[in-house]
Amino acid sequence: MFGAGGGTNSYEEVEDADVVFLWGSNAREAHPIWFHHLLKGIRHNDTRLYVMDPRRTSSAKWADVWLGLRVGSDIALANAIAHEIIAAGLTHPGFIANATEGFDAYKAAVQAYSPEAVEETTGIPADVIREAAHAFATAKRAMICWTLGITEHHNAVDNVLSLINLCLLTGHVGRWGSGCNPLRGQNNVQGGGDMGAIPNKLPGFQDIEQDPEARERIGKLWGVEIQPTYGKNLTQMLHAMEHGDMKGLFVIGENPVQSDADGNRVERILNGLEHLVVQEIFLTKTAQLADVVFPAAATWCEGDGTVTNSERRVQRVRKARSAPEGARDELWIISELARRLGHDWTTPTAEEVWNEFRVAAPAFAGGMSYARLEELGGIQWPCPDESHPGTPFLHERLWQQPRGGRAAPFSIAQNEAPSERRDATYPYLLTTGRRLESYNTGVQTSGYRSPLHWGESLDISPEDARVLQIADGDIVRISSRRGTVLAPAFIDKALREKLLFMTLHFPDEVSTNVLTTDVFDPKSGTSEFKACAVRVDRATAAELAERAELVERGALQHAEHQ
Amino acid sequence: MDIKLLDATPTAAERAAVDAVLGAPMNAWDGGARGSARDAHTAPGGKSVRDRRNELIPALHALQGRVGWISEGGLGYVCERLGVPPADAWGVATFYALFATTPRPQRVLHVCDDVGCRNRGTREIEHALESACGRSVREAPAGSQVVLDERDGAWMHSPCLGLCDAAPAALLTIAGETPVERLLGHVTPQQAVGLVTGSDSAPADSHVPELPQNGDPSLVLLKRCGVVDPTSLEAYRTAGGFTALAKARAMGAEAVIAEVSAAKLVGRGGAAFPTGRKWEAVRTQAASPHYLVCNADESEPGTFKDRVLLTQDPFALVESLMIASFATGASRAYVYIRAEYPLAADRMANAIQQTRDAGLFAAGFDIEIRRGAGAYICGEETALFESIEGKRGEPRSKPPFPVEVGLFGKPTVVNNVETLLNVLPIVLEGGARYASTGSGNSTGTRLFCLSGAVARPGVYEVPMGTNLRDLLAMAGTDSVSAILLGGAAGTFLRADEIDLPLTLEASRAANTTLGSGVVMVFADHADLRDVVLRIAGFFRDESCGQCVPCRVGTVRQEEALHRIVKGATLGGTGRELVLLEEVGVAMRDASICGLGQTAYSAVESAIKRLRLFEVVS
Repeated sequence: MFGAGGGTNSYEEVEDADVVFLWGSNAREAHPIWFHHLLKGIRHNDTRLYVMDPRRTSSAKWADVWLGLRVGSDIALANAIAHEIIAAGLTHPGFIANATEGFDAYKAAVQAYSPEAVEETTGIPADVIREAAHAFATAKRAMICWTLGITEHHNAVDNVLSLINLCLLTGHVGRWGSGCNPLRGQNNVQGGGDMGAIPNKLPGFQDIEQDPEARERIGKLWGVEIQPTYGKNLTQMLHAMEHGDMKGLFVIGENPVQSDADGNRVERILNGLEHLVVQEIFLTKTAQLADVVFPAAATWCEGDGTVTNSERRVQRVRKARSAPEGARDELWIISELARRLGHDWTTPTAEEVWNEFRVAAPAFAGGMSYARLEELGGIQWPCPDESHPGTPFLHERLWQQPRGGRAAPFSIAQNEAPSERRDATYPYLLTTGRRLESYNTGVQTSGYRSPLHWGESLDISPEDARVLQIADGDIVRISSRRGTVLAPAFIDKALREKLLFMTLHFPDEVSTNVLTTDVFDPKSGTSEFKACAVRVDRATAAELAERAELVERGALQHAEHQ
Repeated sequence: MDIKLLDATPTAAERAAVDAVLGAPMNAWDGGARGSARDAHTAPGGKSVRDRRNELIPALHALQGRVGWISEGGLGYVCERLGVPPADAWGVATFYALFATTPRPQRVLHVCDDVGCRNRGTREIEHALESACGRSVREAPAGSQVVLDERDGAWMHSPCLGLCDAAPAALLTIAGETPVERLLGHVTPQQAVGLVTGSDSAPADSHVPELPQNGDPSLVLLKRCGVVDPTSLEAYRTAGGFTALAKARAMGAEAVIAEVSAAKLVGRGGAAFPTGRKWEAVRTQAASPHYLVCNADESEPGTFKDRVLLTQDPFALVESLMIASFATGASRAYVYIRAEYPLAADRMANAIQQTRDAGLFAAGFDIEIRRGAGAYICGEETALFESIEGKRGEPRSKPPFPVEVGLFGKPTVVNNVETLLNVLPIVLEGGARYASTGSGNSTGTRLFCLSGAVARPGVYEVPMGTNLRDLLAMAGTDSVSAILLGGAAGTFLRADEIDLPLTLEASRAANTTLGSGVVMVFADHADLRDVVLRIAGFFRDESCGQCVPCRVGTVRQEEALHRIVKGATLGGTGRELVLLEEVGVAMRDASICGLGQTAYSAVESAIKRLRLFEVVS
């Protein structure tokens, strides 16, 4: 944000925050390490936690206040909080004047979002919204942290901007313990972005279209001309493949057949390609469709390199064991592929690749030699030179007089309901997420036995279960406009009427993503996993018999443990 | 909070009992019914729930008192209300001896078989109960279910009930809408059977303690006991009550502490720490609030002075607490009373209520009673904090000391009942005058609990420095084979060692301790080996199990003693005595708290002074 592609604060800072808004995140289960830092604040410093989540999750149970907003009403809630902060005179005028632009237009835009006006939209009583607004604005240090509950919507970017607005309004950014932080869902998803593995950025988040100097400099370094336009994101790629504009795909360490929305469609698209190459450590569902599979070493233990975590800390990864027979180091695979395609890149070591990156993005990583990463136990970017200690929190420049760099803009975001509405045929709203003991599509987690693995279930409120006359463990059929799955029901008090919850952890047994919609945010390319309309019926005798047979054959290995 | 609640549901009676303590549920997330639109979209929680953790033990008391045991459904409901994980609450419920987690009859008689009672009528009660009512609950074979007919009763053994002056003692508990708790003295076998079967109704707790010095004009701490109506604020005022408070307020906090320091008052609980220094340390702490905790968890076998003071002079303790809080800046005082003293808790509650109603408390100040639940270890100050906070009574490592990080992590003064009562004469007469009584650095008067083979058992108040021989003469002894001085954590003395001035210095020089003021006398015919075994069993039972030296050591100590007594030693008594010494030293050197550090003390004196376990050559 404000030109930097990462969260603004360190893990340690959340321990010192007075108020934390955990928005669209069940970090207790999905980001347990980060949550441990939050717990330190809660336990030792009386950090007040507000959790905004439609479900009363295990994170929400730690909260001083749970705001159980309706799915997809985040902007209404954020704007109402802003409305109250402005109405109560709790903004930070000095910060707004020095560091931001567009306040007047923003103020006018949130005028329509009084706490009373959004009660119906969000479901949250106005007094609760007011209290949260006052707590956030009057806190000495306050932080907003979010994850996929914000970003897996068709208006994901607007959702994020509506939260950033709250930090700008109150000056809760650019200071120790104050800021806005997307919590990263994978151990090196930040590192992938850092290195430029995103379609609109070069290494170090240098913009392909807006930074011609960087484009030219890096092009010279690489000995190629870099195209001056953005590449395609995953959603755009799928669209292009579907329409025959893209005929081949090289997938590295992703399982889109099971992790993407509307899985049936993804599988159809990949099957229609002329050539599919998958580089993987396991033979995933996606790899099974490939023309060629490159068995890769698991870099986190079988190779050297770096990872970057949610607090932008680059850390060394060291080879601890040799890869199994036949699996190759990922650098070797890429280099060898280049050689076969007529480009001799030699086979650089991980450190050589890293040092090239430091040259490509000097302001970002110039000071992060392997030796210093080792010595300091990791360094938080940016770190421009070897005397620089790294940067615990970003955007201190916004507090400098006069301000350093560009102003941080307020963004106008209007609330928009999820793309799919409930109706008489599909009367329930299904939202998806993660559970503590499993990870994404289960490639790395479903292969071992654990007393915590319950297989997939449809989580449903006691009220809905009563109406549908279903008990815990009953097999139900869940259908959306796109597909149907069977799953056992789990009655969960954390849910309210008409709200259902499932995960994508056991796609071989319950392929939840055949239900989800691929309507996506064109600005981010992320699909609206968090909202689709479904119906729930008791499974028929035939379906039960068929399922029993699958269990018998061992095809539903996790269901057997229930 | 990470909570997986149990599936079991509470009965209406359990729910009502818990709600009576915690208040009705605020919403669906607090144990109330689901269905409101507000609850579907918001829930308060977090700190406001976590801060109620300290209500866990009162809530468990409510369940125990209502149905006679703590069921899964009841426990689960308390957990839901207080945000405590069930496994955690289970750990608490099973820690305290007076909480049952398996079904029990509503009527239970706890029969004291500790050192003060076991040779003074307990055996006869046991025999009568075994033939009339079957074996005690504790001794029922594993897996057997006690009969659950409401009208039936059960009985079980109990450690010292603090009624050694009226041995044999028993505690009767009857669960129900209005729970009954009665501490009974001079129990006869026939009466015990009647109480267990229900044919005898529970007598009112009108027990008046033995007050052998009643009316003696030299009394300071005991002067109102048995003289002034302990249930009336007016009577206390007429007897000069609350004049010390008025004087203290006029003097100011620093002057009060200066007088307490000048008086050289030291803690009467056993550790003998200078009270003035403790108060000053808390007064000057920047962290707030400050707390005052009165340790009335007197569970040292043979000790019963707190019971006498709390039942006979509760207003004096209220006044002392107010002065101590004023001096140390404490905004709240807790009185932690052992569960075996129901009348003491009632009398104290009444005194607090009347004083509060009379508007005598400073603005924002209050006193709260917390009841133990049957755990000797909670007399250790940090274990007592844990217990008030709603946890297992496991002592904390020190430092930090309570004056810095005490109850709820705040600066805390802990004093026992007797120590606090000394504050009244100190404030009224001045520290120097107070210090003129006694001997050297052992100033003032001291309370001693005389029991066992004495003609006139009871609490005696004598100036520090009084000779033990003279004290025994006051109580009247005939044939003495040994004296247990200081309780189970103290030491035995031989009959030829009673020429001992009762001061800290002299007792230390004689390698003994005044401890909590226990003077238990054993007659010539007493089976002292049996007494030592009981003491060893007591420590094994009461060890909290947190630290290894004590958890393992108390078991090994008891085993070795049993082997010696049975004549089944491993390699002879000599080797067993070496083992006992090694285990004892390990416990003394390496245990976290005083329990383990003193668990070998009485055993050691029985070996070395009484020579009860001589090697047969």
